[in-house]
Amino acid sequence: MPPAKPLPTADQESREFWAGVKARQLKLQRCLGCRRFRFYPRAVCPHCLSGQAEWLAASGKGTVYSFTVCHRPAGEAFAAEVPYIVALIDLAEGVRVMSNLVRCQPAEARVGMPVEAVFEDLSDEIALYKFRPVD
Amino acid sequence: MTARPFRDIAIVGVAESDLGKVPDKTAIQLAAEASRRALEDAGLRKDDVDGLFTFGFGRMGAVQFGEYLQIQPAYSDSTVMGGSTPVAFIEHAAAAMKAGLCSVALVAYGSTQASDTTRRFGGQAEDPRLPGSQYERPFGLPLPLGAYALAATRHMAVYGTTSEQLAEIAVATRKWAALNPVAMMREPITIQDVLGSRLIASPLHLLDCCLVTDGGGALVITTRARGRDTKTRPVVILGTAETHTHQIISQMPDLTVTGAARTGPRAFAMAGLGPADIDAAEIYDSFTITVLLTLEDLGFCKKGKGGAFVSGQRTAPGGNFPLNTQGGGLSYCHPGVFGIFTVIEAVRQLRGECGPRQVKDAEVALCHGTGGVLSSAGTAILGIG
Repeated sequence: MPPAKPLPTADQESREFWAGVKARQLKLQRCLGCRRFRFYPRAVCPHCLSGQAEWLAASGKGTVYSFTVCHRPAGEAFAAEVPYIVALIDLAEGVRVMSNLVRCQPAEARVGMPVEAVFEDLSDEIALYKFRPVD
Repeated sequence: MTARPFRDIAIVGVAESDLGKVPDKTAIQLAAEASRRALEDAGLRKDDVDGLFTFGFGRMGAVQFGEYLQIQPAYSDSTVMGGSTPVAFIEHAAAAMKAGLCSVALVAYGSTQASDTTRRFGGQAEDPRLPGSQYERPFGLPLPLGAYALAATRHMAVYGTTSEQLAEIAVATRKWAALNPVAMMREPITIQDVLGSRLIASPLHLLDCCLVTDGGGALVITTRARGRDTKTRPVVILGTAETHTHQIISQMPDLTVTGAARTGPRAFAMAGLGPADIDAAEIYDSFTITVLLTLEDLGFCKKGKGGAFVSGQRTAPGGNFPLNTQGGGLSYCHPGVFGIFTVIEAVRQLRGECGPRQVKDAEVALCHGTGGVLSSAGTAILGIG
């Protein structure tokens, strides 16, 4: 048996985010001081240091900023999946997230390609967001 | 900024420990052996050391190393910013000396990462609540390599950089290694060899990646006045700068622009020099893309033109841009934290000690360290005293 994949562990700053993912929603913080979206979730705005923010549901749409096809896994837990694609996705709201590009052949991945979020349950408590190409 | 505020401070001793696979030694031992050799090189004694700069031996690196060598320093620095740290330590040590807080600084590093196989692509176990554990680790990016692959893909997409151009760097660096008797990999390679080597994380092939070896290194830095008593020609500090821009790759503002874009201009301004004044460049080559990005950011060519800059084996022996003249992390050694080896080689080039790989009339050298996943940067411009 390969070791289990590393799961995200929510904390006080990210609980809302991971609860959103479990409910099939990408929720982002927007600062009530400077009105900018931010990722990853944090209690203090990295732009204006405001401690006030609202949570908004993101569209789930984005484009591929960059990607790599991994032929060597990040440890045994990922060995069965090579080759797999890790990508940085620029969300429509203006923030960047790391994720996997799924339902996409490695040879078809392109920088700039439009994608949308899909969700995958990892356990009863936690799900993960991934992205697939859209036409 | 004062012109050359550290011009009275010199690097007077440099040394490597045993390199390669050294399973019968510990990391701290390698650092200690490199320190002994660097002090011998400088003609100074252990008891002269009153500033200690190191990390990597547990949570309090300099404290642990001080205990090991029975050094009770007046100035202690266990800064950790990855592979750039030893280059940044030059600035830290120089600033401490200008303030009169210490007069002989020892910078040391040692690692047995090849023998103890701690370097796994999954990365070391970390606090599960750290941002990297939450927002990156679940997606399986092999680290650090995968992060550099993301930068390479982006650079190729934006600027049309090719795998052949990245391979030029690996091939040229191997030619320098062939001239260095202690380099690990000395057999010539071709661009086709690089492109034909296994893809690890696209677009990076095995031969785009640095070695994984054991080894250590040390630097001795002191005032130029004191350096007059030392055995070797002092190498003075003309310009320095450091920064960090992010910890995890998804937080890097632009994957084609590294911290070198900040440190390069500051270090050159401090030195009163520009890229055209550099006779030898020693630039951290964790991966071929690291070098290409850094060359652009330091201003040796325009952003996006790094591929053209390194083409035609320009950086090889006999080319017009001597780069990574000891064979780099790609072919000489890479026990992690290669920044210290960029400094060791820059000093040796400026002293004229490099035999068949000596850059003729080298008077000014630049060393640049990169840490983490393009996360931190340290630049030092050195000259002959």
